[in-house]
Amino acid sequence: METTAEKPNGIVQLALDELETPPLSLGQLTWRRFRRHRMAIFGGVSLILIFLYSFGGALFISEAEANFTDTGNRLQAPSREHPMGTDTIGRDIMARTIYGGQISILIGITAMIVEVLLGVTIGSMAGFFGGKLDSLLMRMTEAIIVIPQIFLLLVMAKFFGGSVPNITILGRTFSGSVVIIIVIIGITSWPYLARIVRAEFLSLKENEFVLAARATGTSKREIIFRHILPNSMAPIIVAATLGVANAIAAEAYISFLGLGVRPPTATWGNMMESAYNYVESAWWLWLFPGFLISMTVLSINFLGDGLRDALDPHSRAA
Amino acid sequence: MTRYIIRRLLQAIPLLFIISVILFVLMQNMGDPLATMGGRTVTKSADRERLARQLGLDKPMYIQYLYWLIGNDWTKADLDGDGVPETPGTRKGVLRGDFGTSLLNRGVPVTKVIGDRLPNTLLLMLTAELVIIVGSMLIGIYSALNQYSTADNVITTATFFLYSLPIFFFALVVMYIFAVNFKRWGLPYLPTVGMFDPQVGKTPAQVAWHMVLPVATLSFVYFAAYSRYIRSTMLEAMGKDYIRTAKAKGLPRPEIVYIHGLKNAALPIVTVVALDLPFLLGGALVTERIFAWPGTGRLFLDHLARNDTAVVMGLLMMVAVAVVLFQIIADVLYAWLDPRIRYK
Repeated sequence: METTAEKPNGIVQLALDELETPPLSLGQLTWRRFRRHRMAIFGGVSLILIFLYSFGGALFISEAEANFTDTGNRLQAPSREHPMGTDTIGRDIMARTIYGGQISILIGITAMIVEVLLGVTIGSMAGFFGGKLDSLLMRMTEAIIVIPQIFLLLVMAKFFGGSVPNITILGRTFSGSVVIIIVIIGITSWPYLARIVRAEFLSLKENEFVLAARATGTSKREIIFRHILPNSMAPIIVAATLGVANAIAAEAYISFLGLGVRPPTATWGNMMESAYNYVESAWWLWLFPGFLISMTVLSINFLGDGLRDALDPHSRAA
Repeated sequence: MTRYIIRRLLQAIPLLFIISVILFVLMQNMGDPLATMGGRTVTKSADRERLARQLGLDKPMYIQYLYWLIGNDWTKADLDGDGVPETPGTRKGVLRGDFGTSLLNRGVPVTKVIGDRLPNTLLLMLTAELVIIVGSMLIGIYSALNQYSTADNVITTATFFLYSLPIFFFALVVMYIFAVNFKRWGLPYLPTVGMFDPQVGKTPAQVAWHMVLPVATLSFVYFAAYSRYIRSTMLEAMGKDYIRTAKAKGLPRPEIVYIHGLKNAALPIVTVVALDLPFLLGGALVTERIFAWPGTGRLFLDHLARNDTAVVMGLLMMVAVAVVLFQIIADVLYAWLDPRIRYK
């Protein structure tokens, strides 16, 4: 059977099965580049381990145990019974790192979603429509960037704080402050993403394919969601990944400073609250949650760095 | 250039106005300032009303903002509550440099409260910034010149680790090692609290000794970002044609690296430093809290906790103005240093 046909103009046409290797899909290409990034693989693996620890660990230890106070047993050094010791009111630190991890990760991911929703909406509106709307939105963005995030977070935590009722989801009771923390981290961290998205939109909307879409009468909504947004996914995904790490760190900072998630809900951040009073006497109070926060943030940063290289090989950040 | 600067300054005015409105609104729900006034308990409701009138807290929010912005000495306030305004206001407003008075330290002007703390923060932060710049320059240049060597890989990975470390965790670890354990092992240990030992007094040596750990905490975490940045700008500069020309001319290597390479690589770094400097004014909240450093960061935390809105607002506006000004300075500086850039 003849598979190679000589066309009149002399171009050799190859049948698909004659190619040495089948063409790679975008996903495969991305995975290939990602795999080469050793630190990103390390980040991915350790993230999975942290997930297993805080979600798998919940199968063995109940939340009641994590919140069980035993004041007769306070500030115990790590032992067989309490592998990470006990805190200032006798709660088991290992159980609390497990349940605190769940909340910290939950805050990280949901705050990132809030951030992405706000950042992408505002950035794409500013970039696509331009003009007055753009300058108005960008002044707003600048206004938020000008105040350091940690200051804004603390002021907002105070603003929305006060007494918030506990909420019960799936049979578990959360301190209502979790929701507040998620919202304030989301609304203080979108400006950077909005700027990235705006820049993407500004350059993409000048492309021929957008012109073609306009010429064929595609609606503005279609152009934004079907043509421009999918093309700017790479930087958004990278920013979103790093956003999770930032949100987890931000929660830790405000909780550490005493304005974060209220008890009884544990987070890695509020476990370290006032731990610095015990630097000398009880190192296990701050070492374990601090280590977990650092490892999580580090792993997500590595992952984000690898994703940047894999998704967007042209834009190597400094 | 002058026109560019004037235009940027004019643009800064609406921006600062928006910021001040946002912050002012955020201040309103911080809690009852009267309830926490300097530890004094205001129990009688008549007293509360009188105080609220005195502080102008009975007015609607936009009037309060107006008073904050331009003062109330052009109008009269109703202090005795009979509905007839009789006492002329005394506040001059932010635009005339009056940020009001602190609630916590009764009657002390906000500018003085902040001014008392600012030198401490600047001392700490400028030292840290200096250490950061010098340290990360050394690291960045070394890794750029030895790209992909073992040392470069180790440094790059290590800085990435440090970059992801929350500042409070790093602070606690260094405190545990250099203060707690050094003391235990009988080594000369570093102090962890305050600016000086009250028994010795505030001597320069004492302050320097107390600064070691906070400065190390602040600078180590920032080494990462800066040295990565310097590494990349240095790599970019070293790949340029003029470096090849310099090599071809047979110039000595230090001259190529430091005169031709670094001078060009340092340009973007200057702007980064200029953009980061104003954030130092606000102080490092976490570092100052952990090491009990009496700076503006701790001032912010203490006064935020007790709803002293005037001081909190003053601090935030000070940072905002500084950031906006330094953004302009950074742009102007960049154009001045790099003749290829022209603003119109």
